[in-house]
Amino acid sequence: MGVIIAKSVNEACDVLAENPATTVLAGGTDLMVQVNRGAKSLESVLDLSRILELKKWSIEGSEIVLGAGISYTDLTNPQLAKLVPALAQAARTVGSPQIRNAGTLGGNLATASPAGDTIPALVAMDAFLKLKSSTETREVSMTEFVTGVKTNVLKPGEIIESVRIPVFEGPQEFLKVGTRNAMVISVVSLALVKDHLGRKLRVGVGSVSPVPFRAAAAEEFISHEFDWETNSGPSEKVISKFSELVADSTEPIDDHRGTANYRKHAVKVLAKRALERVCEGDVA
Amino acid sequence: MISETYTLVVNGSSYQVVDGHPSESLLWVLRERLELSGSKNACEEGECGSCTVLVDEEIVCSCLVLAASAVGREITTIEGLGSDGEISDVQKAFVEAGAVQCGFCTPGLLVAIDQLLNTDPDPDDLTVKEAISGNLCRCTGYGRILEAVRIASKDRKAQNEEEINK
Repeated sequence: MGVIIAKSVNEACDVLAENPATTVLAGGTDLMVQVNRGAKSLESVLDLSRILELKKWSIEGSEIVLGAGISYTDLTNPQLAKLVPALAQAARTVGSPQIRNAGTLGGNLATASPAGDTIPALVAMDAFLKLKSSTETREVSMTEFVTGVKTNVLKPGEIIESVRIPVFEGPQEFLKVGTRNAMVISVVSLALVKDHLGRKLRVGVGSVSPVPFRAAAAEEFISHEFDWETNSGPSEKVISKFSELVADSTEPIDDHRGTANYRKHAVKVLAKRALERVCEGDVA
Repeated sequence: MISETYTLVVNGSSYQVVDGHPSESLLWVLRERLELSGSKNACEEGECGSCTVLVDEEIVCSCLVLAASAVGREITTIEGLGSDGEISDVQKAFVEAGAVQCGFCTPGLLVAIDQLLNTDPDPDDLTVKEAISGNLCRCTGYGRILEAVRIASKDRKAQNEEEINK
């Protein structure tokens, strides 16, 4: 019973091992909405927000490792934004300054919403999540982690410790459609990551299916069509085919934020715009 | 482990919360238990910003902070803005610019703007708009709110220069 403020990952895992039913609290921006509505009553809570090791990030070889407790505000830090721009851009579109100060990367992933803003970016970058319990540490890929609408592979007693992301050479873009700029849950979101060395353009999309995913057919097409030698922008015909392939891979639904038809249209626009911007970004 | 009795530090003073339930938000505890009703309760989902407070010098929505998890943190509410019974410079600027209509969004805006000026004493309008993008004013008096920030920023600059010249 009560609220436990953990000081280390090991302490947190021990608390969860003893009482797996404990509610895990990160930034609170999703959880407290449920609590305030009366949809959830808290009996015992494990607060991860004071664990310093979860707020750290480091560069390890050609990868960046982000602690799960890093806030959206932290993700927009210029040093970090230079390494994983699409993730920083995604973090920048979340809520408001108040929400970005409180909400965390790990919290966004654990909530696993189809509209989770960091997910399309991490999916596009092939990120891996490190999950930890008192007895086991395992890694799962971003695409394996989210299993459905707000469901994930976390087992009782497990928390997300960190996210490992390859650092790609080349520009990136994250775009999101909503009714206005601040405080918007995405109607459609898209991340485009250019991987010069791997000669691949990677596309992650959100809010157009139960689980954010990579648009494989569109990726294959554009990566093949793209002139990696001259690095020049693709023709209009190629861009339009690419955006159509992205739209074809989606399975959007009608809901209170938008219709399936609108989402199909909007994702096409985002794909085209992101590709154009990524190509422009390369020239500059 | 924290039981149902815990201590919060609000505006530099310690308050004991007795018989708290683990589900209580910081906003609820501030208003209903500590009788600090300056922070307003409107949406309870982080959309409106009228409950904005500082936790360790960062603006957050107090409705989305679990009260018992704020133990050991420095909490500043609208009540902590002025000193010695005087309203703060930002509050004075709001009065001068007529930036208050119904007043419900005002406490949250004041906390957000005070913190903005602490970190960026001379913000341009875009920066101000961005900084208060999480604070909704449904009387739509944003023009005067922006004017109030300009006044407060100018006053702070003048004050800073005065102190340097002393």
